[in-house]
Amino acid sequence: MGVALDGHLLARALADPASVAMLDSAGWQALLTMARAELLSATLAHRLDGIAKPEAAQRFLDDARASCAQGRLVALWEVEMARRALGDLGVPVVLLKGSAFIAAGLAAGQGRFVGDLDILVPRAELDRVEAALLGAGWEWVKPDPYDDAYYRRWMHELPPLIHRERDRMIDVHHTILPLTARPTPDADALIADSIALPNGLHMLNSDDMICHAAAHLFADGDLSGGMRNLWDIHCLVDDFGADGLAERARAHGLASAVRRAMRLAHALYDTPLPKGWARSAGDDSFYLRRLTARDGWGRQTRPVIRLGFYARSHWLRMPPLMLARHLWTKWRKQAG
Amino acid sequence: MRHVFSVAIGPVGFRVGSDWRGPVAALERLYASYPKPQDGIADFTVRLFADRPWRRFFRPKVMIGGDFVLPEAAPLSLEHGLLAAEMAMNLQMALGQRRYLLLHASAVERDGKALVMTGLSGAGKSTLAALLMTRGWRLMGDEFALLDPETGLIHAFPRLISLKNEAIAVMEAAATGGAFGPLLAETPKGAIRHLVPDTRSVAAMLEPARPALILFPTFGHDAATREVAPSEVFVRLTQASTNYVALAERGFTALTRLVAETPARAIDYPDTESAIAQVEALWASL
Amino acid sequence: MATLYRAAPPDSLIVVPVDLLTAIYHRASGQTHLMASPAPEILEALAEAPLDAAALLGKLRAAYDLGDADLAALTARLDELVETGLVERR
Repeated sequence: MGVALDGHLLARALADPASVAMLDSAGWQALLTMARAELLSATLAHRLDGIAKPEAAQRFLDDARASCAQGRLVALWEVEMARRALGDLGVPVVLLKGSAFIAAGLAAGQGRFVGDLDILVPRAELDRVEAALLGAGWEWVKPDPYDDAYYRRWMHELPPLIHRERDRMIDVHHTILPLTARPTPDADALIADSIALPNGLHMLNSDDMICHAAAHLFADGDLSGGMRNLWDIHCLVDDFGADGLAERARAHGLASAVRRAMRLAHALYDTPLPKGWARSAGDDSFYLRRLTARDGWGRQTRPVIRLGFYARSHWLRMPPLMLARHLWTKWRKQAG
Repeated sequence: MRHVFSVAIGPVGFRVGSDWRGPVAALERLYASYPKPQDGIADFTVRLFADRPWRRFFRPKVMIGGDFVLPEAAPLSLEHGLLAAEMAMNLQMALGQRRYLLLHASAVERDGKALVMTGLSGAGKSTLAALLMTRGWRLMGDEFALLDPETGLIHAFPRLISLKNEAIAVMEAAATGGAFGPLLAETPKGAIRHLVPDTRSVAAMLEPARPALILFPTFGHDAATREVAPSEVFVRLTQASTNYVALAERGFTALTRLVAETPARAIDYPDTESAIAQVEALWASL
Repeated sequence: MATLYRAAPPDSLIVVPVDLLTAIYHRASGQTHLMASPAPEILEALAEAPLDAAALLGKLRAAYDLGDADLAALTARLDELVETGLVERR
């Protein structure tokens, strides 16, 4: 096998399905386990549909598809119940991430495992949206005054809400990055330029979806789930192209994140880059090593790089003084 | 991973990676008569690992990992490593099984028909199944019965039978010539000892059976039998299934069909001999 | 204008009677409901077209022996069905 036993094995299989013909049973086992760990097993199933493979591998992938299909059903139902609760408010409700992909039937939605429902609404309408959701059976997850105040003041979303009967969470955003983060995307433009779906809800336009995916790839945590996030971007580019992306990213202050995300998607999945875009840059290889830090047993590897990313991501979210104060208060609460 | 073990139990293939030789050696010995996963590819991966490198040697604690995990699961001591492996494989089934509807039940087979015994932990379904195995029934499983939504048949999942506390002595006496695992004392669930399903049960593990009777046994009362209404069976089985919701429509049609087509009885029993007599009587009356 | 109640369309439901109760699988939500009368009858009565509570009561009275069912009781059942997602208020 010429491919390293890390996430590159999975990336190659997704980008070039025919390449799995070279795999022996140990290679298949590693590929399947890795895909499952990266939440890409149903995506892999979709990409390898029709390709010759051992029976046991086909069964594994069929199970992944069945799992994904049920998750998709449940996620679409959450979208519908949100529509029922918010549809009469006269407020634009923009679906984000996986829920948007599946609601709109995008390539990025095929084989996608969708978690909580994420929506974006105008900041001025947060109170009405909150009231409507609470009236329709959602309730707060954590009633803690400090966390709540922190959330409301600085985060880009309401504190988390969970539905009391269905036990599913909804995250209500008013912009796509925390207010304390350095790039500050144009939330009004995201909503104004959103696209209406048949059910009356909205989704971001394609450039904004790519900007959102890129923003969260780097700002939200230590790149875990990065392979899937980049696959989302790859599919969005496949569906919509990237004309106008550079300009839109600049408008949101996300040019650097978007360019890097596109380069990484190109490196992993052969995503086509717009003319004139650089194919690679200095520390991309550092990011690639972190993104592909998964072994054939599904374990995350390369712990030193991982730690570096975690520290960095908190720095991005919060200016150092605020971070210190936040951590101090949290420590005091835990100790006291 | 340093030490690797793989096995097929019924239609499901597992691989277990371990930082220690001990659990793998125990698994190899007890599952010696079982086949390996089809195509050398396991459906589920389990890992037994030390959370810090030095934990491999100094007061070792076995953490459970794998494809599907529970976030705050407590580690087990190395002497209970076999138990950790069995629990981990169960967890993969409970959280990840998608082809068959999982019934939290034991099952035994005679003449191509399955007796499915379900109920709360401690009701005795594992022990009853193990005893029936020594009385000429084929053991299909002591923890999970697999219901195929397409055919309505029960498929076997004959893992090592998990005997707890008093049941250990009962089966040591009843299963003469049986292959037992080590006695695991003072586990979180008390004393546990594993019994390997007999040769016949292992050899027949890929043969499904038509469900013929659903039984709800309750230990510790005078012998009694009553019919159980389909609606009660339906509710109790959904509560007892870890993957009913995940199977969506297939789960619904499989379970409504099972409930409509299979008689159900609840039995109270004061001791195992009584239970076996009640079972044989019910079976004969079907 | 009185609130209309709309039921999940019949082809989105799998309805299986299980002795005195009715098991209903709702395809759109993936949820299973075990219901006692009059819930299954309400869903059936709303299958053709959305109705307000008064019209629904009339339709049910014509089809079934309802005893002393009144509008308040029916509205309470409808509220329960709305919570499950099987009925929607318009």
